[in-house]
Formats: sequence, structure tokens, C-alpha cells
Amino acid sequence: MKLIEEYRNPAVMKELAEKVKELGVRSTLMEVCGTHTMAISRFGLRSFLPPEVDLVSGPGCPVCVTADRDIDRAIALSAIGDVTLATFGDMVRVPGSRSSLQEASASGANVKVVYSPLEALEMAKSDRERKIVFLGIGFETTAPAVAATIIEAKRENINNFFVLSLHKLVPPALRALAELPDFHVDGFILPGHVSTIIGSKAYEFLASEYGIPGVIAGFEPTDVMRAIYMLLRMQKEEAEIAIEYTRAVKPNGNRKAIETMHEVFEPCDAEWRGLFRLAGSGLLLRENYKEFDAGEWEVDVPPPLEKKGCRCGDVLCGRIKPMECGLFGKTCTPETPVGPCMVSSEGTCASYYLYCDE
Amino acid sequence: MCLAIPAEVVEVIEGEIAVVDFGDAKKRVSLALVDGVEKGDFVLVHAGFAIEKVDAEEALKTRQLFEELERLNEAN
Ligand code: SF4
Repeated sequence: MKLIEEYRNPAVMKELAEKVKELGVRSTLMEVCGTHTMAISRFGLRSFLPPEVDLVSGPGCPVCVTADRDIDRAIALSAIGDVTLATFGDMVRVPGSRSSLQEASASGANVKVVYSPLEALEMAKSDRERKIVFLGIGFETTAPAVAATIIEAKRENINNFFVLSLHKLVPPALRALAELPDFHVDGFILPGHVSTIIGSKAYEFLASEYGIPGVIAGFEPTDVMRAIYMLLRMQKEEAEIAIEYTRAVKPNGNRKAIETMHEVFEPCDAEWRGLFRLAGSGLLLRENYKEFDAGEWEVDVPPPLEKKGCRCGDVLCGRIKPMECGLFGKTCTPETPVGPCMVSSEGTCASYYLYCDE
Repeated sequence: MCLAIPAEVVEVIEGEIAVVDFGDAKKRVSLALVDGVEKGDFVLVHAGFAIEKVDAEEALKTRQLFEELERLNEAN
């Protein structure tokens, strides 16, 4: 495919790198999205940046920010005799306190990997005797799809389909980060596909209330470099929220998707690994769709156990780089992951490990 | 996890479902989240749903990276 070359053109990268260097701005930028973390490592983008520009990762991998307590709950649900727990592939290897869904499934629990929540609904339709619980995980990119699936289940009167909603919203997490006393980030590289749904206006508060600029970036090397250049200029001039990924993001986002999400879900408090409980940062099924909510089922969930030495919480807030965790590359590797950041292919620890960054 | 992959709409069925072409595979996706999708349009696909219409040429430019990331996801 020839067109791709434009976004990977070394000459364009060099030119952008020159412009970044000329600005001479000392800066720490946070890439919020796990896919950006991955792309930055994959393409060795750090080697194009002058030493005064540092990149840190944020809480942008939905699997990584899911609290052990919530994973433990999903595992407990999967152990119920007539339940099949369906979820995305990213989720099954993530360790909870005592095991992962994959391990639970090896010892008899019913766990199925699906690509779409619609597949879980199909499973419910084809076996009306079993309860299908879809583990709903993801940010605003994913929540509208799950909402649309729940609306479909209601329309078709499917009463053996349920959702455990662990969805999370990105703007409240960014506000929580900006409020942290030890947060020293000069700009955000904002997520591309979350923003396809919510638009750029959802982040205006970062610039207006906290003076932190943000640029919504695409996922190609030149996209990210251009976003970095834009952020550094804003740092010199004026903090704003801008869109670099104009081919997929509009200021107001996708109204229909937002409305679908709001039709089914309302905001609720949610626990984030590393950020604790954040008001209004999760999504709960509304009264009108309560019959599909597996979140309220009574199950015995033992209290979460701490993972000794794992510093995923600090990694997710940009406080430390993965190498600063004492377990990184020693007891914790992608083959024997201790924390979720080493499991998910978008996890910061895995990205650093796989591409031997720095 | 928030990957969305551009695909070309090759057929629209009863308004709410489309068959899309990712270049190497065809899939049925829901159109419940985007209005006015027609044959020949390009859409971003995430978790079995079209989540936005995108410019055709621009879409093709970015597909390769996503395919690569997907493969890595699957390998993991
Ligand atoms: S290297 Fe492993 S143990 Fe350390 S923070 Fe990352 S995932 Fe946790």
C-alpha cells in the first residue's frame, strides 16, 4: 500500500523532528491512549525527540486501569454454573488478585472470547438455557457499541443476556490527574478513537481550567510527531485543545453514538487502578435497562489481595517509567506478567519490554 | 483496545447492517451508531460497529498500521 508512506515518510519525520528541536521547549508530554504508547514504542519515536522532550504514559489502556476487585468479581460470576462470561480477548489474561479469567476457565469456569458484544447477544439467543454475561470493558469508544447491543436485547426481549459494566470515561480521569499535587505534565497527546465518539470539546476544561494543552492525535508516526510539535508550540504560546487526527475526529464527536450511550448508561463512581475511586467516571445501566445488569447480582467476592512490588498504579499516572519498577524484566515479563500493564499488548510495561525502549 | 479499523462498505442490508471490506476480509457490522451510511462509504469499525464515516483515501492510509497492531494483539 503506497499511501501509507506519507505517514511514515522518514523525510517528513526528520523535518518535524527539526522543527521540534528548533522550538527548544523543555517539556513532559503524556500520551493518554494505550494504542499511542504502543505506536510510540513500535516506531521508536523517542529517538526522534531532543533530550528535553520526555514522553510519559497515562491511564489509557482500559484493561490496565480495571481494578483487581472488579476482575475478581468477573471471575466469581464466571464460576456460576449456568453462566457463560463473554469478553474481549484483551481481558482474559489480566490477573485479578488470585487468578485471571483464563486460569479460571482452565479450572472449569465458562469463559468465551468475543470480538463484538453482538456475538455475546447471539450466544444468548442460541442457548436460552444459559445466562450470558458480557463483561463490558472499555472507554467511550466501546461503550456505545455495548449500549446499542443492550437496546437490541431489549427490543428482541432476550432475558438471558446480561452486562457487567466496567466501562470508564476518559475526561474525569484526566481531570483527576490534573488535580494530583505531584502531576507535572505540560501537555496531553489525546486518544484518537475515544475522541471519534466524544469530540474535542469534551477536553476544553484541560486548557481553560488547568492551562494544560491537548492535541488529539492519529496513530501513525508523523501523526504523533505533528501532535508533539503542536503541543510544544501551545506550551510557548497559549494552551488549547486541537485535533491533529482530523480524518476521524470532529469537535462535537459522534452525536448518535453519544446519545445511544446516554440512553442506556448513566455516570457512576468507578475505581481506577492507580487513581482510586473517581466520581462520575464509570457507566451504570439506567433503571430502564436494569434487567440486563449483572453488576447487582449477589456473588461472593473475596477481598482483593495486593500484588507485592507491582507499581502499575504509578505507571498509569505517569509517576514512573516501567523500568523503575523493581520487578520489570525480572519476575515480571510478558510470559509471566505480575501486573496488567505487562499483559495487555497496549500496556505500558509490555510496550517498553517488547520494544526494548531506552 | 480502542482500535478502530477503516473498512469500505460493500453492501447495506435493511439499513442497520452493512457488509464491509477490510482489504483482506469481509465482515458484517452494525450501523446502529452512524446515520446515512451508503455503499462505497468508508467507516471506522470497532467491536462489530461502525463508529464514524471517514474520508476514503485517508482511511486507506492508516489501515496498515492498525492491521499490524491487530496482529500483535492476536499474537499476544
Ligand atoms: S513491570 Fe510488572 S510489576 Fe512492575 S509495574 Fe509493570 S506490570 Fe506491574
